[in-house]
Amino acid sequence: MGVGIQVEHLNAWYGSTHTLQDINLHIPANHATALIGPSGCGKSTFVRCLNRMHETNPIARAEGVVKMGDIDVYKDASPVEIRRRVGMVFQRPNPFPTMSIYDNVVSGLKLNGFRNRRVLDETVERSLRQAALWEEVKDDLKKKSGASLSGGQQQRMCIARALAVDPEVLLMDEPASALDPVSTSKIEDLIFQLKSQYTIVIVTHNMQQAARVAENTGFFLNGKLVEFDSTHKIFTNPRDKRTEDYITGRFG
Amino acid sequence: MRVKFHQSLDELKEKLLVMAGLAEQAIQRSIEAYRTRDLSICELVFRSEPAINRLEREIDQMALDLLAMEQPMAIDLRFILSVIRINADLERVGDQAVNIAVRVREMGAFANVDLPVDIPKLASMSATMVRKALQAFIEADASLAESVLRMDGQVDAMNDAAFYALSSLIKEQPDQTPQALNALIIARNLERVGDHATNIAEDVIFWVRGADVRHGNTSTPAA
Repeated sequence: MGVGIQVEHLNAWYGSTHTLQDINLHIPANHATALIGPSGCGKSTFVRCLNRMHETNPIARAEGVVKMGDIDVYKDASPVEIRRRVGMVFQRPNPFPTMSIYDNVVSGLKLNGFRNRRVLDETVERSLRQAALWEEVKDDLKKKSGASLSGGQQQRMCIARALAVDPEVLLMDEPASALDPVSTSKIEDLIFQLKSQYTIVIVTHNMQQAARVAENTGFFLNGKLVEFDSTHKIFTNPRDKRTEDYITGRFG
Repeated sequence: MRVKFHQSLDELKEKLLVMAGLAEQAIQRSIEAYRTRDLSICELVFRSEPAINRLEREIDQMALDLLAMEQPMAIDLRFILSVIRINADLERVGDQAVNIAVRVREMGAFANVDLPVDIPKLASMSATMVRKALQAFIEADASLAESVLRMDGQVDAMNDAAFYALSSLIKEQPDQTPQALNALIIARNLERVGDHATNIAEDVIFWVRGADVRHGNTSTPAA
């Protein structure tokens, strides 16, 4: 099951640039939460702070409190442990090109030391079914490489890979921006189904997508969270003029 | 900046204002026709109807295109929804003008009698509501729109008074029944014009504030 995420006074820097400024919000468990905002507003940095990927950049640092369920992400667990609990899917599908579909999906599990063949087989089927890809690839699991799949299939395989380690939270950074409308629609259907089991945070530039998949939406601007509310409220009658200017295209 | 989209919204607004001008002119003419019993003015009302109907279709099409092509959000989405509703109300105002003109033409076949109902006053009140509602739309003024809502009760009361006065007249002087019935229908038409003005004012409030105040709703925000 997903867990709620509590963020308190989160600040992040790249070198001397203060990229996230005093972010406070609660992301409810088993909901899809969308983050929108112009390029460079801090939304991707924000999600990278949730699974401690931000600190993989040597000039980057973060301060503040991020709690996932009962766990303080920056105090109670190692980055490796956090990344097992928090799956991430990126803008462009990133399969391991020389690995089969099967090995791609279980790569995270194997890194964590799982070797039991039966467990791995079950995990591959479960994850690929969850990612709505099983029927399309079940006969080629070990025959085809992950890179031989179409872009949309690769992205669903990457989602399956993220789900294979049984995370509590799934972060998606523009997961459908490189995909055609049919593949996009499959990813969106998937988000809708997955949120009953996981807490989903999705960064997107596609506001219609945010409106379609997320119960709550946050608008970031210049490193600040300007507004966080129900998606319905944000897209029909936002409180803040800056949010309205952004979503109606009156920006800049 | 979505320049082309916002230009299109401006064009949509201008077109709706043309529609509003025609509908307002039609209702003014029908009232003038009642006051003067001038059938040539009735003809002007009849002839304006196709233009109003054509504009209604054009505005709906423009709004539909913008919804489909631009996927508007927030205040732009509310604006387009309001335009679609106001457009329908303006077309109905045009229909009411035609209905009044038909009744005036009917009345011309009978002797002029002194009716116990102040149709010009009722007409003036309804026309004022329409004008204020449209002014509120032009200026995006939700407070002005609220003042229109407060006028609706007065128009309803005047229509009710006309109903009782004309019903009594029919009972007491049956020979005046045709004229009384026509006046009754005209009063009803004018009351409906007031209702359309109320709808327009509610749509302006929805557009500007995002609040759904229809049917006296004050508690639930529209969005």
